[in-house]
Amino acid sequence: MRIRTRFAAFAACLALPFTAAQAVELEVTHWWTSGGEAAAVAEFAKAFNATGNKWVDGAIAGSGGTARPIMISRITGGDPMAATQFNHGRQAEELVEAGLMRDLTAEAKAGNWANLVHPKSLLDACTLDGKIYCVPVNIHSWQWIWLSHKAFKDAGIAVPTNWDEFVAAGPALEKAGKIPLAMGQQSWQSSGAFNVLMVSIAGPDIYSRVYKDKDAELAAGPEVAKVFKAADDARRLAAKSKVQDWNQATNMVITGQAGGQIMGDWAQGEFQVANQVAGKDYTCLPGLGVNEVISTGGDAFYFPKLDDAAKTKAQGQLASLMMTKEVQVNFNLKKGSLPVRGDVDLASANDCMKKGLGILAKGNIVADVNQLMSPDSLGQVNDLFVEFFNNPSITKEDAQKQFADIVEDAD
Amino acid sequence: MSAGKRPVQLWRNLSAKIAAIPMILTALVIFVGCSLWTVFYSFTNSKLLPKVKFVGLNQYERLWSTNRWLISIENLVIYGICTLIFSLLIGFLLAALLDQKIRFENTFRSILLYPFALSFIVTGLVWQWVLNPQFGIQKIIRDLGFENFAFDPLYNPDIVIYGVLIAGLWQGTGLIMCLMLAGIRGIDQEIWKAARIDGIQTWKTYVFIVIPMMRPVFITSLVIIASGIVRVYDLVVAQTGGGPGIASEVPAKYVYDYMFQNQNLGQGFAASTMMLLTVAIVIVPWAYLEFGSKKHV
Repeated sequence: MRIRTRFAAFAACLALPFTAAQAVELEVTHWWTSGGEAAAVAEFAKAFNATGNKWVDGAIAGSGGTARPIMISRITGGDPMAATQFNHGRQAEELVEAGLMRDLTAEAKAGNWANLVHPKSLLDACTLDGKIYCVPVNIHSWQWIWLSHKAFKDAGIAVPTNWDEFVAAGPALEKAGKIPLAMGQQSWQSSGAFNVLMVSIAGPDIYSRVYKDKDAELAAGPEVAKVFKAADDARRLAAKSKVQDWNQATNMVITGQAGGQIMGDWAQGEFQVANQVAGKDYTCLPGLGVNEVISTGGDAFYFPKLDDAAKTKAQGQLASLMMTKEVQVNFNLKKGSLPVRGDVDLASANDCMKKGLGILAKGNIVADVNQLMSPDSLGQVNDLFVEFFNNPSITKEDAQKQFADIVEDAD
Repeated sequence: MSAGKRPVQLWRNLSAKIAAIPMILTALVIFVGCSLWTVFYSFTNSKLLPKVKFVGLNQYERLWSTNRWLISIENLVIYGICTLIFSLLIGFLLAALLDQKIRFENTFRSILLYPFALSFIVTGLVWQWVLNPQFGIQKIIRDLGFENFAFDPLYNPDIVIYGVLIAGLWQGTGLIMCLMLAGIRGIDQEIWKAARIDGIQTWKTYVFIVIPMMRPVFITSLVIIASGIVRVYDLVVAQTGGGPGIASEVPAKYVYDYMFQNQNLGQGFAASTMMLLTVAIVIVPWAYLEFGSKKHV
């Protein structure tokens, strides 16, 4: 017994340095936990493990809002993970400025990212003072509405082709016992839906004048009032939708309990997991069928500075790997998002993704709100719209006034 | 008294004083020091990381013009007053009932204290289900035949805070009951006998004799309840997430969200300074009366 324990201890001592030298473990944190998302992130893990290193999955359940504070406090508190997801834009801006993130310029040069990444704004969002600090991995766009064919068939009407038809179809859907618009009650979903209405109803020009140039006068004006009118319609149609998470709301569309949902293209992963076919079981309308424009937000990976040389090397490998053609295709097909490389062939992409790729190729793109406004201002927008969508006593005129105030003080 | 004796006073109980040093340092550095640090940075425009760039009272002006903060304060006042009254009332009533030398007192006491063993997160989730109209109380009563019965506080912005209150009371009252029971048991039996000889009714004995004698227990309970009220956070997060809309937001959640989610430390610090100030306004006069007056007696 005693000898055996000693032997085991001895063996453990021997084994430890060897395994450490062979496989470098990198902990990667992210908030991808729904079915489609988990399948996509497994593609990264598979590819990284194939290089002889080890991907240690640090998924944080909840949503970005829950996960980001945990990530940030770990980085600022001196216990950084090896790599972490953020939405690229201004969320990690101060961490980069404080010198807590690793410079990836060398990997970017070696991989020729500057010429590969399309649209270029994605890489610009990762760049500070000419140095590159993150790897964009996908393009996500918010501007989609997902419509359930079953719900419209049950109600005996045709599937709408734009927002106005959808609003007009509301009463018929309600008569058939359906909830016209499914919407989760978390604040990012309410404000997200509003931003979609802004791009689609008011058009990309007004969108960027409000969010980028912070034109408060315009935000209080008649063009934006039309958007608030649409938001008011959306609030009425979604009044009976009592779910929290976005994927629960998507599930209502998949099962035909709800007519549609305004949600980003990540919802597509859920349709895919449920084995639904675009065009047959569900329809997607980019830009709500009004203005076919998509925003190019998305996810990026940042690599905090580490002391360990072996881990730092493995970080570089992971960063380069995420940009390779094969990984980009595998990952994005599962995730339902668009690849960041302009040169990959997505022959196996479905209808909706092809629509997105087409719009991307035409260049009908706008920057994502995360790239235009600080998290602080966006937080105020979130608070406003989650209140607006849940409290019918706030009039659309009131909400517009408050919105204009936020835009005026925004940075 | 000779002058040489004074230093001796300092060295008396030396080991006890040395033993107290770590705690004194902890209190000074962590409680006082960090509070001052927070107040200091609430006058800056720190975003994700603290920066010394003063903006005067801007953060406070913004705080008090933010709808969400005002709703949070209103909720805290409602939640606070109701929790205080109902915890003490229900806690004392249960304790007085248990005091009637009933059978299986231990069992009842355990059952009533049991919710306290659960965290606020679990409490919140349990009551989220109980109050859910599709699964909980509303469904059960409707199945009994009352088709029009409606009870869904968590989905009604006007009364959602009372839904949170029910869960909070369910969790916390057991502890107050135990404290009260201990207090009641601490009253000398001779007093009961004397009251009985004088022919005073039982309820009158409780209200006019026992309760005034239990003053220290009430003060302990009050402090425990009050500290629970100010920091209420996890219950709301688990049960409603601040919703519907922002109808059940509380100040502690505002602080957390602004400091970590919205990356605006200055605003979060300003809000937490206001919370500190509120507590100070309540505690200082009370502490003055409670501890200050004793010296004169």
